[in-house]
Amino acid sequence: MEKHDIVIIGGGPAGLAAACAAYDSGIRDILVLDREKQAGGILRQCIHSGFGLHKLGKELTGPEYAAHYEEMVKLRNIEVLCETTVIGVTKDRVVTAVNKNGVLEIQAKAVILAMGCRERSRGALNIAGSRPSGVYSAGTAQKLVNIEGYKVGKKAVILGSGDIGLIMARRMTLEGTKVEAVCEIMSYSGGLTRNIVQCLDDFGIPLYFNTTVAQIHGKDRLSGVTIAQVDENRHIIEETKRYIECDTLLLSVGLIPENELTKGAGIVIDPITSGAVVDQHRQTSVEGIFSCGNVLQVHDLVDYVSDEAEIAGKGAAMYVKGQLKTENTAVSIAGNGVRYLLPQSFGTDSESVSLFFRVTKPCGAVRIDVKCGETLLKSEKRIRAVPGEMEKITLKKAELEKIEKSVTVELEEI
Amino acid sequence: MEKNIICIICPRGCQLKAKIVSDIITVEGNACKRGENYAIAECTNPLRTVTSIVRVANRTDTMVSVKTLGAVPKDKIEEIMEIIRNTQVEAPVKIGDVIISDIYSTDIIATKNIM
Repeated sequence: MEKHDIVIIGGGPAGLAAACAAYDSGIRDILVLDREKQAGGILRQCIHSGFGLHKLGKELTGPEYAAHYEEMVKLRNIEVLCETTVIGVTKDRVVTAVNKNGVLEIQAKAVILAMGCRERSRGALNIAGSRPSGVYSAGTAQKLVNIEGYKVGKKAVILGSGDIGLIMARRMTLEGTKVEAVCEIMSYSGGLTRNIVQCLDDFGIPLYFNTTVAQIHGKDRLSGVTIAQVDENRHIIEETKRYIECDTLLLSVGLIPENELTKGAGIVIDPITSGAVVDQHRQTSVEGIFSCGNVLQVHDLVDYVSDEAEIAGKGAAMYVKGQLKTENTAVSIAGNGVRYLLPQSFGTDSESVSLFFRVTKPCGAVRIDVKCGETLLKSEKRIRAVPGEMEKITLKKAELEKIEKSVTVELEEI
Repeated sequence: MEKNIICIICPRGCQLKAKIVSDIITVEGNACKRGENYAIAECTNPLRTVTSIVRVANRTDTMVSVKTLGAVPKDKIEEIMEIIRNTQVEAPVKIGDVIISDIYSTDIIATKNIM
């Protein structure tokens, strides 16, 4: 059986950054596996700008950000095996993959899971109506337009105001598709404010809140959709139904971490993040298997994916060298206003630990309190907080030393 | 005159307020200097970066992604898109290669390597 120190599953931004970090922590025998023809992941179809401001200090497009990391991997002579699909991982870290040469079985000392996420599909929404062509997930449409050079339709409606939907509203408009409306079932957008401004407002595309697609019409090709407002229980209000003629419907209704391999290895999954439960090194419940990027938690910025992947890469390298120790483990608990916390557990003997989280609803000015029992360890203010943007609070050594068993992070509106 | 503007320079999305009093623009709500410059530009000459794709003539079904190196006037986006759509390139193309030069005082460059 082929043997490697670290095997990384997925060659997107997470996998590539993890590979570089593992290399820089002293590991030389690293193998990255990717199912596509070329590494870079979903960034290759995200041709818009806005990547890298935090991480690289400059604003890049998706392909440029990916190329930066491909270059970093190349400089380190790290092997990237493309067109290779991993079909299984065991808790003993045996990775099974297939490619045109057949089946590969690889024994790894450490495995880093970096498979990313996939889009929620029409099937998850139970929209009534026929099944004509012209209904795409936003990412599929993005691939068709940006990689393959097709125009997806003449008139479009977009369901969901997540970032990919917003970006595609602009992209399709620029390519001559008339975007009639963006419908959002919630009372707020999950996308970044800047994207609402530069992708919708700039082109006069209306964004309807508390609104969903009630029915899909059309025999062979989509002929239109019925949109309707929803009440507080998200039930359709009959009298608000109206028909919009269109030949294209884009669904931008959320991302789901792609954790089939993770589950196959018997790794514990967090029901809120739909990703693995991890410690501060991004090590999962199975020793020697790490997780990072959108397969761990869905991020809003790739810059933070790279940061997280570096933690996992470094952790995996330390594990291979037998230097990874976690003592005095404490668990993190999501309190009032906090949807989840990551990492779910951490060693209080660390130098510093950053806790990442998302808020449950859009807030104005808030105070973030980190408590151990009734003791307040740390408090920070934010001028606003929204579910679409990941928040972070960092605990330093002195604060970590005071923790016994658990910390709770909660939000107080001020 | 007062204008409420949401800054799009970075993902933070500051809520800016630009006050225009006899041609002097003062900006509030910005977290950094770039926000101030953005608000002033929005009141005088709004600029945007345009990204798109260009067909690679000598490769099957291959597109190269492109962007305007500098920002271009917002009201010229449609015109610029028309020029981009009517352009083809020959591979190899490297990131940073000029695909269309001198368009509204900037260049359109490749953002992907095509071997």
